[in-house]
Amino acid sequence: MEKQEGRAAAAVRLDVPWYEALSPDWGEWGGTDSSAAPAAQGPDSRGATETADIYAEVRRSAAFQEVRGRYRRFVIPASLAFLGWYVAYVVAATAAPELMARPVAGAVNVAMVAGLGQFLSTFLLTWAYARHARLHRDRAALELRWAVFDRRTRGAEGDAR
Amino acid sequence: MSGDHQPLALLLFSAFVAVTLGITTWVSRRRQGSAEEFYAGGRLFSPMENGFAIAGDYMSAASFLGISGLIALFGYDGMLYSVGFLVAWLVVLFLVAELVRNVGRFTLADVVAARMRERPVRIAAGTSSVTVSVLYLVAQMVGAGSLVALLLGGTSGAARTWTVIGVGALMVIHVSLGGMRATTWIQIVKAVLLMAGAIALTVLVLVRFHGNVNELLNTAAEQSGHGREFLAPGLRYGGDWTARIDFISLGLALVLGTAGLPHILSRFYTVPTALAARRSVIWSIGLIGGFYLMTIVLGFGAAALVGTDAVRASNAAGNTAVPLLALDLGGGAGSTGGTVLFAVVAAIAFATILAVVAGITLASSASVAHDLYASLKRAHTERRGEVAVARLAAAGIGAVAIALSLLARNLNVAFLVGLAFAVAASANLPVLLYSLFWRNFTTRGAVWSVYGGLIPAVLLVVVSPVVSGSPESILPGVDFAYFPLQNPGVVSIPLGFLAGWFGTVTSTEPPDEARHAETEVRSLTGAGAV
Repeated sequence: MEKQEGRAAAAVRLDVPWYEALSPDWGEWGGTDSSAAPAAQGPDSRGATETADIYAEVRRSAAFQEVRGRYRRFVIPASLAFLGWYVAYVVAATAAPELMARPVAGAVNVAMVAGLGQFLSTFLLTWAYARHARLHRDRAALELRWAVFDRRTRGAEGDAR
Repeated sequence: MSGDHQPLALLLFSAFVAVTLGITTWVSRRRQGSAEEFYAGGRLFSPMENGFAIAGDYMSAASFLGISGLIALFGYDGMLYSVGFLVAWLVVLFLVAELVRNVGRFTLADVVAARMRERPVRIAAGTSSVTVSVLYLVAQMVGAGSLVALLLGGTSGAARTWTVIGVGALMVIHVSLGGMRATTWIQIVKAVLLMAGAIALTVLVLVRFHGNVNELLNTAAEQSGHGREFLAPGLRYGGDWTARIDFISLGLALVLGTAGLPHILSRFYTVPTALAARRSVIWSIGLIGGFYLMTIVLGFGAAALVGTDAVRASNAAGNTAVPLLALDLGGGAGSTGGTVLFAVVAAIAFATILAVVAGITLASSASVAHDLYASLKRAHTERRGEVAVARLAAAGIGAVAIALSLLARNLNVAFLVGLAFAVAASANLPVLLYSLFWRNFTTRGAVWSVYGGLIPAVLLVVVSPVVSGSPESILPGVDFAYFPLQNPGVVSIPLGFLAGWFGTVTSTEPPDEARHAETEVRSLTGAGAV
């Protein structure tokens, strides 16, 4: 399984050209070679307000609403589903052991199948989440990130002038 | 179990210690002493490296020895732990890992402080993080002490005491000199060793039964003395309703606690982006899932090949099931193969404890220096000063944990781990989820949610049968056990969420819209993330 995982990761890596891309504002907080940071985050309150405006504006934008909507429409139902399935499993194991002891095939009973089903559903949901994020969220999120970075840099240049 | 395996086990273990010390020296030879370097290892680990390190951080000796042992003793009921420990990672993957990576810098408190008044929330989240870490740390060190007594035959109190002191001191050296970079490499080495050991034993068990799982299960049921019941739930947690609710409580704590463990959260900061954090979690889910599947085979294998009674005779809690299984698979006591496998398993178990202790010590020293010290000190000092404090804090926490472990050395290890998970789920998870997802969450809500989960969780443990009122408790002579459950999760987790909600709706100050906009955009896009 490890090998498969590795191969899948390698394949994905080819699909996603920005895989190795670091944060555009990398090092901003670390204070290394960033010309934008001091102006955008300095004591100058005008810079701070502008930054806040940029974020508020981006949050209102349709593109961001779409990214957030896609994220939430996947994780909220999926989380409720796996938590519900897990709680049902734990409650069944404590409250209905007779049901869980019913044989299925050979030595394997309902409890065994349910337990292995938890493993299986965890692996499947992990795969589904990664796929959903890669296909429906990553590109849009990266574009938004660059948009924020561009505007902050421009704002900083404006201040400098 | 005595005699000839001891020198070999000690030799292998010394080799591991030498390797880790080598790593620490090599890593710290060019250390710059920046906070980025000390807490986050420079943030440039690859997802695969971080995935192995997360797995190494998470799979404690309690899992390797404890869960297999529980399965060998109680059959199916031990498996419930494996399931809870794995499913918990979906909470981390879906709701926590990427967002935390984007919003925070080094600790849990960073995420909350990004949109709240910094001082009160840092003190609150820092306090709960340190509490969780110390509980978890004590569990691991108590485990180290018992392991020595069990595996090396040194049943004397002195051997235990010196092991606990030795493990603690070694980890303080690793952490305070090598920081996150050394800790990460130790965990990677340990994860590889642990996986290799588990794979080897699993293959040997399956070969013994010619790959026939059905035969393995049937033999296990036969040898356990319980027959069919061994393969169904109820042997351990059947009993009365208190025991059953206690188990549901533990199940909730396991699945919700992982996402609130400070040493797991701090691992997401060691990779450059949220995408890399996601990939790390996917790697670790693969590793952890595979590992827990193998513990099931090992547990039933121990029941089938060693026999439940023999396991219980060696250690009442079942902690020696895997070493005994290794002895049997290698050819039995006295044979060379058995001796070698036994020594290897013992050495891996030590390595596991060392690596987990290192991760927790580092995370709690970050909480002390970055959250508590930085909020409580008056003047602004250089960040370099903060790292110096963190190095000192690692030593201080090590000392506290050593002292507590010596006091608590007769407590059950699995129980202590369950308790740490319950406190993490009650105090850390509500504030984390509210901060990331609830627009109207306020500073008061954040502070109340931390203390509203932390205080009930700790108090309920104090008045539980664990501390007093039964022959196995810490203070068997007195009885103030007013709360019937051993694990407080089922009560204290809802209380944490409730307190956060109540603090927010009664809050007089409005939520900070601008900073919420910034955190929300940052959490989902990574814009402005460190």
